[in-house]
Amino acid sequence: MNRLAPADTDPTVAGIERAPSGARVDLVLVAEMVERGAKVLDVGCGDGELLRLLSESRGVDGRGIELSREGVNECVAKGLAVIQGDADTDLADYPNDAFDYVILSQTLQATRRPRVVLEHMLRIGSHAIVSFPNFGHWQVRLQLLFAGHMPRTVILPFSWYDTPNIHHCTIKDFRKLCTEIGVKMEKAVALNAWGSPLRLNAPWWFWNLFGEQAVFLLSRRS
Amino acid sequence: MVRPGTRKFHMGEVSRTSEQEVADAPREADQPHESLIARFGADEPLKLDAGVDLAPLQIAYKTYGTLNAARSNAVLICHALTGDQHVASIHPVTKKPGWWETMIGPGKPIDTERYYVVCPNVVGACMGTTGPSSTDPKTGKPWGLSFPVITIRDMVRAQAMLLDHLGIESLFAVAGGSMGGMQVLQWAASYPHRVFCALPIACATRHSAQNIAFHEVGRQAILADPEWRGGRYLLENTNPRRGLAVARMGAHITYLSDAALHRKFGRKFQDRANPTFSFDADFEVESYLRHQGISFVERFDANSYLYLTRAMDYFDLAADYDGVLANAFKDTPTRFCVVSFTSDWLFPTSESRAIVHALNASSARVSFAEIDTDKGHDAFLLDEPELFAIVRGFLDGAGKARGLSPKS
Repeated sequence: MNRLAPADTDPTVAGIERAPSGARVDLVLVAEMVERGAKVLDVGCGDGELLRLLSESRGVDGRGIELSREGVNECVAKGLAVIQGDADTDLADYPNDAFDYVILSQTLQATRRPRVVLEHMLRIGSHAIVSFPNFGHWQVRLQLLFAGHMPRTVILPFSWYDTPNIHHCTIKDFRKLCTEIGVKMEKAVALNAWGSPLRLNAPWWFWNLFGEQAVFLLSRRS
Repeated sequence: MVRPGTRKFHMGEVSRTSEQEVADAPREADQPHESLIARFGADEPLKLDAGVDLAPLQIAYKTYGTLNAARSNAVLICHALTGDQHVASIHPVTKKPGWWETMIGPGKPIDTERYYVVCPNVVGACMGTTGPSSTDPKTGKPWGLSFPVITIRDMVRAQAMLLDHLGIESLFAVAGGSMGGMQVLQWAASYPHRVFCALPIACATRHSAQNIAFHEVGRQAILADPEWRGGRYLLENTNPRRGLAVARMGAHITYLSDAALHRKFGRKFQDRANPTFSFDADFEVESYLRHQGISFVERFDANSYLYLTRAMDYFDLAADYDGVLANAFKDTPTRFCVVSFTSDWLFPTSESRAIVHALNASSARVSFAEIDTDKGHDAFLLDEPELFAIVRGFLDGAGKARGLSPKS
């Protein structure tokens, strides 16, 4: 269900930046937020790139859920513990506190009920890591304002009629949701269009305008 | 699966073999060919769920590959209802290749150059492990219906006795499809610390009402055959071949799918251009089914069919754990790889999903893949490259965690 397919399988997102190791920059950022040896559930794990990165670089005990049958079968054939499932319906089956981290990488905007998904993530795991494309990015704003059509960018290459992304949000929107459901934002990083993290001390409005994607580390407010 | 032959099959042929021949032939049940035998005396009975002790007990099995020095590379293969221990070598009765040679062998997904494969015949079957067609040493006659009713758990207990006998404390993997998958699940529930990883394929944690119903039709076909003689056919030198063949024909349909039957046979006629306006096997699909029935009775015992279908009917893993399936796998250390097939209507994907939900609720390490195929339930026995890639990848990953060398 990962809505940003890795560049090697989908030429439309070839523009996503990769670290010298070859891993996607946003995934490396996510991985850096995970403690070594933690128990991790990757929701919408795609072809398993993040799970593999996590197990190789952080030694985690990783599990995945993926909607597409092809993605699941590819993951299982790689030896990853992945099941076919839907973030919107299947998270409810997991017990409380089963994981240290529940990760939703570039998938939030494709869920039917993002708020419920987020709440489940922080019930199942003590931490949640969410990355998503920022719909408040200046390129998106300008396309709608001046070109007058639904924005299409390198990381959001779909047309309005075939996009799986049904719940876009901006960094500002996401922060508001976190406040509403009472979760603690432990860390946040925004990436610019070239995949580099923005200045840490920049104000939120700056991130919301110049961040193309954002990664949030959340925890329960106890 | 056997392709339909060019000759016609008549149901009448089923009973043509001389009855005396059947009685005189040394029974595979007592003296299995091409098999190893483990014997357990009266001092080590198999304690059955039915509340009786089965002794003596004989288990026929086959092994492939070599057990490593650490005894850590053993893979137990659990066979399905009509399978047997001849999983990866020529069947001594039918002379056909083993039933899972696509999966097991040198360089295959379950690689016998790397793993030590053990495949026993289940208790209650008819290929050398004690069952209703075995000779009861107390009477010197075949057990027949005096054989106690057995369960999936009894089969697994007997397999555990065999592994104790072989000095294998911990299995690297247990794998099987259909009734074999039920045994895999029972293994993981009964002996979680003896199973490093488990592959239950095309199966369920309980037999559905529809499946029990199909089995009942098969059993009634056997019971309705006058040759069955109240289960005493071996003593009376008869054989309920027609009943068993009909049971097999009915069951065989459930192993396929509408799409697969249509693709294979459609409405094609068998060696004729027009219908004969009779009840001859006009259609290819009829001829194929008759062939399936006839060839089955050559290698299978009717009473075993009754006992094994019953064992599947009785299987309800959650029932042993206060109705909560997740409790069957509580704190399990076993890694699971659950596989289902899109066109399997005997054990549909929803059944596998229920297993996965229970395993998730137990925080088990589980992989689950559904394979897109029109071949129905039988797909697990057929050439399904995606299944092979998944099994190979899963075992490679588990092998790394187990510390198995790439080739042992």
